[in-house]
Amino acid sequence: MTFATPAGPVQALANASLTIAPREFVSLLGPSGCGKSTLLRLVADILAPTEGRIEVGGDPPVVARRRRVFGFVFQDATLLPWRNTLQNVLLPLEIGGDARQGRPDALALLELVGLRGFDAAYPWQLSGGMRQRVAIARALITRPQVLLMDEPFGALDEITREHMNQELLRIWEATETTILFVTHSSPEAVFLSDRVLVLGARPGRVKLELPIRLPRPRDPAVKETVEFARHTAALRRALAGNARPE
Amino acid sequence: MALARADARPAPSRLLLRRYVLPAVGILALLLAWELYIRVFRVPHYLVPAPSVIGQTLVQEWPTIQRNVGRTLVEAVGGFALGNGFAVLLAIAFVHSPTIQRFLYPVAVAIRTVPIIAIAPILVLLLGNGYAPKIVIAALISFFPTLVNMVRGLEAVEPSALELMRVLSANRRQVFFKLRLPSSLPFLFSALKIATASCVIGAIVAEWVGADTGLGYLIIVATFEFRTGLLYATTAVGSFLALGFFLAVVLLEKAVVRWKPETPST
Repeated sequence: MTFATPAGPVQALANASLTIAPREFVSLLGPSGCGKSTLLRLVADILAPTEGRIEVGGDPPVVARRRRVFGFVFQDATLLPWRNTLQNVLLPLEIGGDARQGRPDALALLELVGLRGFDAAYPWQLSGGMRQRVAIARALITRPQVLLMDEPFGALDEITREHMNQELLRIWEATETTILFVTHSSPEAVFLSDRVLVLGARPGRVKLELPIRLPRPRDPAVKETVEFARHTAALRRALAGNARPE
Repeated sequence: MALARADARPAPSRLLLRRYVLPAVGILALLLAWELYIRVFRVPHYLVPAPSVIGQTLVQEWPTIQRNVGRTLVEAVGGFALGNGFAVLLAIAFVHSPTIQRFLYPVAVAIRTVPIIAIAPILVLLLGNGYAPKIVIAALISFFPTLVNMVRGLEAVEPSALELMRVLSANRRQVFFKLRLPSSLPFLFSALKIATASCVIGAIVAEWVGADTGLGYLIIVATFEFRTGLLYATTAVGSFLALGFFLAVVLLEKAVVRWKPETPST
């Protein structure tokens, strides 16, 4: 799959083919610049491929985007600083033109992401983890079928990140969305996913496709099991295979 | 130094001291030094009047000053509204159309580079002796900084925020009103604060060229008649005018920009 840039076409993914089932949790793992964020943006129709084909529920990404199939969570929360928590969560509905009835939904989502009582707080009053929770609530307000997450916890500290991982699994189980998750942390990918794809350096190719056969619901204690270690080791080996200097 | 301690939140009384009392003491000290210098070295009042003399003149000549200050205020505020309004509209056009930007930016720069003092007589010739040339000059002087800041503000949007708008299928109107405009406001207000003082300057300079009322007119008359006290008093009134204008904009900013800006505006 290639996409156009002002500097000419760039091949982001070579010979990559990927099918994701409904309600599946798939992670894309790879070094910086391997095209994993690009892939996410191609799916969401933020970028358009010049070659290659993406279908979301049978539709091309443009149609899916207009049908509001996607929720997108960025690495930085990307909250609008002049809006309080509730207003930020309601933004997608406002843009869709139906924010009036959204208030109960938004409050319920804030409860789901653990921010009950913070609806009037402004982004500068929230911690990094809380801001990311608001961003998740905002992504879920349109009841998206697909949640695209671009290193959503990459900027958080280790403790907050672990906690957010557990929270995300809880939210995912409560909302039954499909999640495509970009990360460069192998333990995070193993802990969260049904399936992990390891992408190589540019042009990205799928180095390894690893189904994660750990029982759900998952508890942080799973990270201490041999099974977990076996999975992360497989991912680490696949990643290290790409670390050769180009 | 006790005041520089950063370990604790300053007590309200200390905050009061730091914010209001210290600056006031600074200004009073300056005035006192000035007064003493004039008295000790017996500087004649027609050269440099002491602050006390300026204060006296201000009271005595208040009816005259009052007659003139209103006009300058109208000119400055009119120019402020015209110049900044035009700058904001042009900035919006620039951000939406690179063609318009390429077409009109040189014109804007040209307006900036013409010395205001030189253009004032031309405008008086063109527009007569009334309010119009003064308002236009006050507008011209505040136009460019606002244009530049507003363009910067409208473009200072995080790339991910634009991507968010894209995922949400927002149209251009929504991107503008829900994203670009609010994020430009801190930039706009820092430009408006600069513009307050320059509008008063513009109005006064325009009055030097041709006027029969206004603070600028009064400054010229006081200079030629050697009424130095009146000259200083008028100047002081002019700067208080600019200060009041500035504070009004600060209050407006506090009312509008209630969120904490990510980069504190200057």
